[in-house]
Amino acid sequence: MSSARDQILGSIRKSLGRDALGGEAAAALRQGLATPTRNLIPDRTAGLDDSGLVRQLVMKLGEAACSVDEVASLDEVPGRIAAWLQRENLPARLVQAPALQDGLDWSKTPTLEVKTGTSDGSEDTSVTPVFAAISETGTLMLQSDAVTPTGLNFLPENHIAVVRRSQVVGPLEDAWARLRSARAGAEGVGHTMPRTVNLITGPSRTGDIEQKIQMGAHGPRRLHVIVVDG
Amino acid sequence: MQSTSHSFKQNAHHALNDATLQRALGNIKTGFQEKRRQVIEALPEFESLRDAGRDIKNHTLANLDFYLERFEENVVANGGVVHWCRTPAEARETILAICRRRNAKTVTKGKSMVAEEIGLNQFLEANAIEPIETDLGEYIIQLRNEPPSHIIAPAIHVTREQIADDFRRHHTELDPNRRLEEPRDFTDEARAQLRDRYFQADVGITGANFLIAETGSTVIVTNEGNGDMTQLLGKAHVVVASLEKVVPTLDDAATILRLLARSATGQEMSVYTTFSTGPRRAEDLDGPEEFHVVLLDNGRSAMLGTEFQDMLRCIRCAACMNHCPVYAAVGGHAYGWVYPGPMGAVLTPSLIGIEEAGHLPNASTFCGRCESVCPMRIPLPKMMRHYRTREFERGLAPPKAKAGLKLWAFLATRPALYRLLTGAAARVLGALGRRAGRFKSLPLAGGWTGVRDMPAPEGKTFHALWAERRAAR
Repeated sequence: MSSARDQILGSIRKSLGRDALGGEAAAALRQGLATPTRNLIPDRTAGLDDSGLVRQLVMKLGEAACSVDEVASLDEVPGRIAAWLQRENLPARLVQAPALQDGLDWSKTPTLEVKTGTSDGSEDTSVTPVFAAISETGTLMLQSDAVTPTGLNFLPENHIAVVRRSQVVGPLEDAWARLRSARAGAEGVGHTMPRTVNLITGPSRTGDIEQKIQMGAHGPRRLHVIVVDG
Repeated sequence: MQSTSHSFKQNAHHALNDATLQRALGNIKTGFQEKRRQVIEALPEFESLRDAGRDIKNHTLANLDFYLERFEENVVANGGVVHWCRTPAEARETILAICRRRNAKTVTKGKSMVAEEIGLNQFLEANAIEPIETDLGEYIIQLRNEPPSHIIAPAIHVTREQIADDFRRHHTELDPNRRLEEPRDFTDEARAQLRDRYFQADVGITGANFLIAETGSTVIVTNEGNGDMTQLLGKAHVVVASLEKVVPTLDDAATILRLLARSATGQEMSVYTTFSTGPRRAEDLDGPEEFHVVLLDNGRSAMLGTEFQDMLRCIRCAACMNHCPVYAAVGGHAYGWVYPGPMGAVLTPSLIGIEEAGHLPNASTFCGRCESVCPMRIPLPKMMRHYRTREFERGLAPPKAKAGLKLWAFLATRPALYRLLTGAAARVLGALGRRAGRFKSLPLAGGWTGVRDMPAPEGKTFHALWAERRAAR
């Protein structure tokens, strides 16, 4: 008795009127997977320089209902976060990704309660880095690893993402290229991708009640993006 | 899911007389249609992207066995498991076995049409496992014990007054006099209700919009974030997907993503597009301990190489039903099974048989809007015609329709007789109807005149006018 797997593959081949691909045909398809080629990419971000990409990103983040802050350096980030929390009338406490522990100096914002790790669902606000920011659509790419747990992207009601200028790309394909080169040469579990890659475009929302859009369905109600120049 | 597709006519009749449903359906035009139009106008490359999307899927389907094997290889290499399932029963048993092994009492669920297709919720309940739908629309219809009526807006048929009743009936621990009026009230209450359930769940089940052969990733596209919480907080993540969801590379997914959200909700990107590859890694701080992909065939492999192969390009955006006059009139439940609207009218007979679902390909005016908006350029009306042909060939058409078509065929193959009879009919009707200009009722045409008047012919047939004008030239 052949397995369900063999029967399904056999049924596909029978319908396609051929045997399993071998030789050159299979080699060509394997090559296609090993060295992926790009399809048509919209012109929207073509030819934009660094600051053009940042302008496009900021515009698209706004369209996706994010709030955006631009700062000159990482040193300014804690103070800006404290001010934002105050302005939004949010509690002065947050959980930051371990990846930010060495980069952000909270000593000048002593009234902020800062913990480091993933979320257990009790925190109001998280602060995370991103892997890349896609200016074509205002989309943030975040990956899971030891210092950037996925829970921070979903569980708190407010998510603050810190984007470095060097992380801003044009289309999604450019972000894929960065992700692939970051893992080039890796083997075994995780050689292709992190466990989770999130593409996030704005705060959580739903249109399920009579098609009226509401923010904060299950994920964050607010997504605040701080773009750091340099 | 038990089908009532054979009762389409009665279903549609009830739907047309359901005032609440008709009010709910009125939101489609201003919502989905208008938002899609605006976002597509802002992307000059949209038409070329449709070609690119179609080509990617055609290439994948022509090499489906190859890409599914590569997908499996990469899932396994990243520590996950692929379960190949020929039938809904095999898929249900596979999922139950995973739940049993983990001693699961509750499972959370992201929105999945394939889970509806295999009737997963009823099956889990019958086996003493509680499924909890977490998408707001799915949560509402689970409370109502109804199937979804739309593939991306499952509760589109429900009004907020009905939801208020459902919430008061089920959330009995809350103040019965609380305000439930604005959409915000419902969203907040559901959010609070579901929070703890994510953490308690033993298994999280999601569907998949794509499977990526290059990386062994599964992809979900959502706006609420419920699918992400489901797969992050469940101790095992089970993905239920049909096999045509595979695409070769991340770049191919990028291309189709540009079509998907625009066609579905009129967004450039949905809020959350998430790629999941294997279980949590040794160094990860969160994530599921197990990763399973339940890969369902259920008749799809047999559609390859037939006139219905193009249907396997479908990315479940719902643009076809959002633009369909029949769907807008009767809603999704009338179609009687999981997939409504034009895509359902083609897919349903392919999956559960023309004997059960023969009415669906007939529930079309052939206006062609579905094909004109389909991001994957699926020739839906053409495939509905194929089904009509099959239905007729297999003698499944109703006797009256068969007799009528036979009579018409007899006349149409005898042009002289055809012209004589139609010419006479046009003259007689023209003379009778000259004064009023229209008929309020006509013998043999009650189906037409029951809802609108028939204009009176002007006295000559099209053939006759054509011949006259050619002669005059």
